[in-house]
Amino acid sequence: MVVVSASKSPVVAAESLTKKYKDFAAVDGISFEIAQGESFGFLGPNGAGKSTTMRMVGAVSTRTSGSLSVVGLDPNNYGPEIRSQLGVVPQADNLDTELKVRDNLIVYGRYFGLSRSYLGPKADELLEFAQLKEKAKERIDDLSGGMKRRLTIARALINDPRILLLDEPTTGLDPQARHILWDRLFRLKEQGTTLILTTHYMDEAEQLCDRLVVIDKGKIMAEGSPAALIRKYSTREVLELRFGSEHNAAAAKKVEGLGERIEVLPDRVLIYSDNGEATLQKVTETGLNPITSLVRRSSLEDVFLRLTGRSLIE
Amino acid sequence: MSELAASTTETPDLESAKAKALAAGVKPRKYGGWYVAEHRLLSMRTYLQTMVATGVGTPLLYLYAMGVGLATLVDADQGQGLDKVSYLVFVAPALICSAALTTATEEFSYPIMLGFKWNPTFFGMNSAPLEGGQIINGVTYSVLFRLVAQSIVYYLFMLLFGAIPSPLGWLSIFAAVATGTALGTMLMAYASRLEEDKGQFNYIMRFGVIPLTLFSGTFFPLTALPVWLHWIGWISPLWHGTELSRVFAYGYSEPIWLTVTHVVYLVALTAIGWWLARRIAVRRLNK
Ligand SMILES: Nc1ncnc2c1ncn2[C@@H]1O[C@H](COP(=O)(O)OP(=O)(O)O)[C@@H](O)[C@H]1O
Ligand SMILES: [Mg+2]
Repeated sequence: MVVVSASKSPVVAAESLTKKYKDFAAVDGISFEIAQGESFGFLGPNGAGKSTTMRMVGAVSTRTSGSLSVVGLDPNNYGPEIRSQLGVVPQADNLDTELKVRDNLIVYGRYFGLSRSYLGPKADELLEFAQLKEKAKERIDDLSGGMKRRLTIARALINDPRILLLDEPTTGLDPQARHILWDRLFRLKEQGTTLILTTHYMDEAEQLCDRLVVIDKGKIMAEGSPAALIRKYSTREVLELRFGSEHNAAAAKKVEGLGERIEVLPDRVLIYSDNGEATLQKVTETGLNPITSLVRRSSLEDVFLRLTGRSLIE
Repeated sequence: MSELAASTTETPDLESAKAKALAAGVKPRKYGGWYVAEHRLLSMRTYLQTMVATGVGTPLLYLYAMGVGLATLVDADQGQGLDKVSYLVFVAPALICSAALTTATEEFSYPIMLGFKWNPTFFGMNSAPLEGGQIINGVTYSVLFRLVAQSIVYYLFMLLFGAIPSPLGWLSIFAAVATGTALGTMLMAYASRLEEDKGQFNYIMRFGVIPLTLFSGTFFPLTALPVWLHWIGWISPLWHGTELSRVFAYGYSEPIWLTVTHVVYLVALTAIGWWLARRIAVRRLNK
């Protein structure tokens, strides 16, 4: 028997977790474990099964088969107990538009059986954290998209959750709002909150996740830290060439053998190589003249492309 | 990874996490429905003025228009009024029921559509420790609260107008509330199932509730209608509530078995609707 050190015991453990809608498997036998304090991500395109997985972990959706344990309990029997330990930020905001900003936090805290006298100061503290102190008395409809998300995160923290579940926390936000949000999440991570998040943005996954699984069509394709995944499934650098959409395929034939691997996308050709500049040199030596060329570092996007042959955002 | 899953010994910190979860689940499991009711009552504050205005205005207007205005004609024409009492005494116990029905129709439909669809707060409650059944319970408690408050006010106006000869008159408050919940919880079950609003509730209001009000013995006895229309009364919670209300308010005489039937019918409809709504809500939240 393996002796598991205390710091490594999983707060979430799933084995062959499956969710079927009629005959369609939205989540198709995935296994993973998440340790206390870890920041764990599900990276995958739309329809991969991320939200479905989050709902099962969040103990609001009954699994079809497999096993699942959250804080050591089975969601089938201990839904309310598990949910008392979670903070949930759903993909679509469901703040109560009939209540003011601060009341949203207090009312939500009541669902956990917390007293009003405790919740008053707690709500103020969380509004401060979410940088929404001045908005306490505003109506929900008067908040921007980024503010609503921050308020939803504040709401999810009202019960000091052991685990924070975030389903596509920054989808639909502008870059500035995303960065504010990432900063807040980073703080939580530093304080030791276990973060479980889904995203289809590779930069978000790289920024926030200690470890992630790449998920596609309900299945886990790969697992590891962002850096390890890039190391394993891609080269250090990528050379991006554009020859004009008509000529990309023909040009790709000519550069075959340069670099470790070639991907032909509708708008560009990607050559994977550890030294992009050197490869570009070789490309010019073949007599080809790309319209534009760019050398960049490999990202999780390249990992996904390698694993599935498709890009993350379609 | 699989080695971890296979190990059955749990580490101390997982044990303590589990214990904490089990302890934190106790209160929500016990009082969850009340937390939802508290939330609903807080939301009602946003239309408190409308609520008070209708709560006071409706009895005042209806009792005056029907019980005083129309009554002069009816009483003059019938000599003794209807059913051997003045028209005011005849119509008031029906009006309190019909007012409760109108409020119940609103409160059991729109907040449900709101919570599941337009502003899906029910999913938020469910992500917290609350269960689907508790959400339905909470909505029901809050509507009961409003129905009782509104019917008490109505009853006080009835007293003021001198429309309650019987000492048991206050029991028409119960008749009114039961009328509201009998139709209301059924509507709640229907609203819980509704995926899209294509104006169904307007339909129900216009072609369901208003005709019910007209043909449920509210303004004239059911017996004034041709026999082939009596079935409307028999299935109508409003008719059962109204008749019950009259028994209490002025000692309207009917066989005791019929009075018992009214009570059983209203309570049974309430219970069935409530139970159905809970089932449907649980299923809908569990996607
Ligand atoms: N309630 C449902 N009924 C039927 N199909 C569903 C339901 N929820 C999700 N699906 C399907 O399951 C798949 C995964 O959905 P989802 O988990 O939302 O993906 P993601 O969050 O990764 O975009 C999709 O094909 C979606 O259409
Ligand atoms: Mg999703």
